[in-house]
Amino acid sequence: MTIPNSELSTMAASVHPDQPWVGPDTNIPLSWHKFNSVMRDIWQRLLPWLVPVVLIVVWQIASRLGWLSTRVLPAPLEVVTAFWKLAVSGELLTHVQVSAGRALAGLAVGGGLGLLLGLLTGTSRLAETLLDSSIQMVRNIPALALIPLVILWFGIDETAKLFLIAVSVFFPIYLNTFHGIRGVDPGLIEMGRTYGLSRWELYTQIVLPGALSSILVGLRFSLGLMWVILIVAETISAQSGIGYLTMNAREFLQTDIVLVGILLYAALGKLADVFAKALERYWLRWHPGYQPA
Amino acid sequence: MTHNNKAAGRRGEPLVLNRLSKYFGEREVLRHTQLSVAPGQFIAIVGRSGCGKSTLLRLVAGLETATEGAITVNDKPLNGLSDDTRIMFQDARLLPWKRVIDNVALGLPPERRGDAMKVLEQVGLADRANDWPARLSGGQRQRVSLARALVHNPRLLLLDEPLGALDALTRIEMHRLIEDLWQASGFTALLVTHDVQEAVALADRVILIEDGRIALDEVISLPRPRSQGDAAFAALEKRILDRVLQKPPAPTRESFTHPIDGESVWPGLPFHGVRWAV
Repeated sequence: MTIPNSELSTMAASVHPDQPWVGPDTNIPLSWHKFNSVMRDIWQRLLPWLVPVVLIVVWQIASRLGWLSTRVLPAPLEVVTAFWKLAVSGELLTHVQVSAGRALAGLAVGGGLGLLLGLLTGTSRLAETLLDSSIQMVRNIPALALIPLVILWFGIDETAKLFLIAVSVFFPIYLNTFHGIRGVDPGLIEMGRTYGLSRWELYTQIVLPGALSSILVGLRFSLGLMWVILIVAETISAQSGIGYLTMNAREFLQTDIVLVGILLYAALGKLADVFAKALERYWLRWHPGYQPA
Repeated sequence: MTHNNKAAGRRGEPLVLNRLSKYFGEREVLRHTQLSVAPGQFIAIVGRSGCGKSTLLRLVAGLETATEGAITVNDKPLNGLSDDTRIMFQDARLLPWKRVIDNVALGLPPERRGDAMKVLEQVGLADRANDWPARLSGGQRQRVSLARALVHNPRLLLLDEPLGALDALTRIEMHRLIEDLWQASGFTALLVTHDVQEAVALADRVILIEDGRIALDEVISLPRPRSQGDAAFAALEKRILDRVLQKPPAPTRESFTHPIDGESVWPGLPFHGVRWAV
């Protein structure tokens, strides 16, 4: 990379001026080439962002010029301002905390139960014959179809929301735990037995780790469902939380706050997924599919 | 400390099979098998696929129970799994979610992890102790699996075609390693293999199982270490191989399925020049 410039120009001179251009222009200093390739790299990275940025700019201009009514969509800057105001007043944090608390409580109850029952039916044939077909029947009922019944049972307060979330996250975790355990290589279990592992050791060192990748798939499905059900539940009725924030804002035509709420849901969903992926990367780090190349 | 001293003094266990039979439903896999193995002896069991040799090994391991007859290990009747017996499986069966060293230390009390490292050194993989099994080659995996078996100081080591999936060079390396470790530890070894050359290279006695019965019991008295290029070696290998191939599975007019294992067999398969028992 350290060819002196004079040499480069003699190389360039050997190209006949009348001939068509056949290679890179060697007359340009190498640092310029390097600079060019760095710029191309940055350009390649920025390119995917071009369309969203242009859209937001057009949106902002359209709102400014009054082409877009604030009743339909507020200007992007207004959304940012609304977000900032809510954040400073502390209102944002309270609502996010309430919503996340509901979601996680539902996940803990439903997911915990799903994991426990999945482990049970996966391990014991008796438990499978007793419980699995019943669970499979209930699984076909969409959680949202239960809303009228749930309102009759629990009214419209916290218990109803917790119940709905718990019911919907139960099944993905249950099913994937069950299949994960059934899918553990019987050869490994046999090996563990001949190496003198106790039943507990067999379970914790072979069965559970073997089922883990499947269980984590169930968790990721559940996390997706969890937010969807939370949104529906909070939209029906709530005294606090992101759903309350947006429904309240809708009453007063505060579209900017409605948009903040929608974006908050999106961000929380993304956060949960990132978290689940990180768990996969850590717990499945032995797996060739999760190892850095 | 006492454990180590005891381990050093431990020898292989004598093993006796007395009129051992095993049926899977109607299918007879072993019939009245009679075998007596001296402490520390290295036995190779050869035979065609499905002849019952793996079943024999699983019976001795305590993974299956005999339909008839008895197995006596160290003058005591065998009753299920034993702490003095370890198996090396055809597939290494390493736990992919445990690092190499933790695989070797499987089932060991935590204070004996140092031993795991020592055995890993003996099989030449100390530098891979903290790798995931997925990163190892097939031969390395089998070496880890050998280390995992040996760290328990077994008095009876059962090898179920452990080298079947390895390439020829790695197999020869593994023969040396197994022979060295066997000579150092003095355990009784039972190797099931379909490779007659491997059997002759390693064993004190080669036993051929045919249709569930012992058809040949050949003492190999070649001096160790054995060289595969040796004329006596080659002659012995040829003799046993010829014996293995001598009795082609007789196909009947109705079906071409083997009476024992149910595998289809092509009638009149040209056996000459087939190095591996089919």
